[in-house]
Amino acid sequence: MEHNKHHIMSVKTATLVLAMLLFLTFVTVAVSRIDLGYLNVIVALALATTKSLFVILFFMHLKYENKMLKLFVFICFLILAIFIGMTFFDVAYR
Amino acid sequence: MQNQTSSPIPSFFEDSGSDRKGILSWILSTDHKRIGLMYLYMVLGMFIIGVCLGLAIRLELFTPGKTIMEAQTYNAVFTLHGVIMIFIVVIPSIPAAFGNIILPIHLGAEDVAFPRLNLFSWWLYMIGTGLALLSLFTGNGPPDTGWTFYVPFSEFTTTNVNTAVFAVFILGFSSILTGLNFITTIHRLRAPGLKWKQLSLFSWSLYATAWIQVLATPILGITVLLILAERVLGVGLFDPNKGGDPILYQHLFWIYSHPAVYIMVLPAMGVVSEIIPVFARKPIFGYKAIAVSSIMIAFAGSLVWAHHMFTSGMSDTAVLIFSLLTFIVAIPSAIKVFNWIATLYKGSIFIEPPLLYALGFIFLFSIGGLTGLVLGSAGTDIHVHDTYFVVSHFHYVIFGGTGFGLFGAMHFWFPKIYGRMYNKNVATTAWAILMIGFNLLYFPLFIIGLQGMPRRYYDYLPEYTLGHQISTVGSWILAVGLIIMFVNLYNGMKSGKKVGRNPWGGATLEWYTPSPPPLLNFDKEPDTFKGPYSFKGVERDE
Repeated sequence: MEHNKHHIMSVKTATLVLAMLLFLTFVTVAVSRIDLGYLNVIVALALATTKSLFVILFFMHLKYENKMLKLFVFICFLILAIFIGMTFFDVAYR
Repeated sequence: MQNQTSSPIPSFFEDSGSDRKGILSWILSTDHKRIGLMYLYMVLGMFIIGVCLGLAIRLELFTPGKTIMEAQTYNAVFTLHGVIMIFIVVIPSIPAAFGNIILPIHLGAEDVAFPRLNLFSWWLYMIGTGLALLSLFTGNGPPDTGWTFYVPFSEFTTTNVNTAVFAVFILGFSSILTGLNFITTIHRLRAPGLKWKQLSLFSWSLYATAWIQVLATPILGITVLLILAERVLGVGLFDPNKGGDPILYQHLFWIYSHPAVYIMVLPAMGVVSEIIPVFARKPIFGYKAIAVSSIMIAFAGSLVWAHHMFTSGMSDTAVLIFSLLTFIVAIPSAIKVFNWIATLYKGSIFIEPPLLYALGFIFLFSIGGLTGLVLGSAGTDIHVHDTYFVVSHFHYVIFGGTGFGLFGAMHFWFPKIYGRMYNKNVATTAWAILMIGFNLLYFPLFIIGLQGMPRRYYDYLPEYTLGHQISTVGSWILAVGLIIMFVNLYNGMKSGKKVGRNPWGGATLEWYTPSPPPLLNFDKEPDTFKGPYSFKGVERDE
């Protein structure tokens, strides 16, 4: 069974991902001090999504899983994007 | 509890799979059938409490002004009626109870994929239920917000909202874990050779439901936690005085709570899809269409939440888009109804109580569904929004749909679970009384709603009196029907006639197991199984 195989990530990869997450956290804090107007939410969400993608792909091993599982996670993200998008759609036209 | 087995292997009542005895062999059991039954008993117990609260509401509304309670008590009673019925009764009713009992057997599996998680989910449900009940007797009295916990009122009311929303949070987790378990079980534990196209339609409906549970319920969890944050920390997310947006709360609440309607009704549709072919003695018409329509309902139903908010002050463009999307959901629902009717067409129908409940479902759900279009259409919704028209529509869909689906499931799988049969004549009488009581209770509410009677009001103008009084009399008739139904099922459980494996002549896998089934579900390989709706060679075993 494919899902029973455990991929062991190298220390180098794990360290690189950690460094990237710390860097993105720094960027998140830095950006929050700048008023980007309409882009405030978009930038914040883009940063949060990027960070969560790193965690899901590497620390939660999605990168090494089968296509079916990747598809399911993609569907979840798609639905979440629709939820957020349609809510903001109301705000944008209010 | 009386039970017997048509197999030398002991039933799941006799064999708990552990050394524990008595109540511990139930509340610590990881057997999906025991967990399902525990859900069922709890759901029915809470249903009775919810019904009593509903009867109290109807009695209060028998006359204008005060009848039996004060206005504040009335607000608390309808809030509790909603919270108990939605979160504790209807949502877990069919998926957690009958889904647990039947799904693994339909898949030819010995249990769900994560049995311990399943038990944990039941415990979360019990803790959440306990907290919801605790909110009645602690703090400054029971919450008075309505089951929707709308801001800004829910942020500032001094009643015990904190405990109630935390209860909802925990109940939500229970639902998520059940959904996760079912998705994994359907993917991983199908019997060798059982393809997706051979799944029962009940399994398909549970699959669609489980996805909604997993994807939408976390949003409710976060939303109710945000209410807590507002109340305890004064964050201001939904408070306009602090730059917050109360409409955002409504979005977040309905992103879950509209799909939740499909968590409630999809499994009931699955039950109807199981019952109808058995009693029409015909393979289900449009198998693929019904299966796909379950997925379509789950998906399309997740995109229409803001039709609850047409008068909230959201943008007109959003009103237009959400109104259009709402009409799309009608398509897969209609696909199901037409296929059920086509299955009955030219069938060798034999009328038994489960079929009557399934037909009751179609009749009542159709009225509920079609009146939903009145509400989904923005132009007409403006006029009937927050009136008794909504209350009636909702009860036709949820009680007439899910409630009758649940009763149908109880009557259909009763002989399988207990190995005994209830009195069918009494069951038929109870069904007839329920149908009369139900329509007398809820149909007048459509009329007074159209006339302008607002929902949730403690008092009303004299012109609505007749409608309210007919409705209240209907509630008494409905209660009589419920009492007869429950007493009949209880008597059947204690001393009903013993039945064999397949009293209805069904073709799905549960009818190949002994009644009641053994711990691991099957005592032999069901080698004559040709598909869930292939009745050739299937004989009734009464």
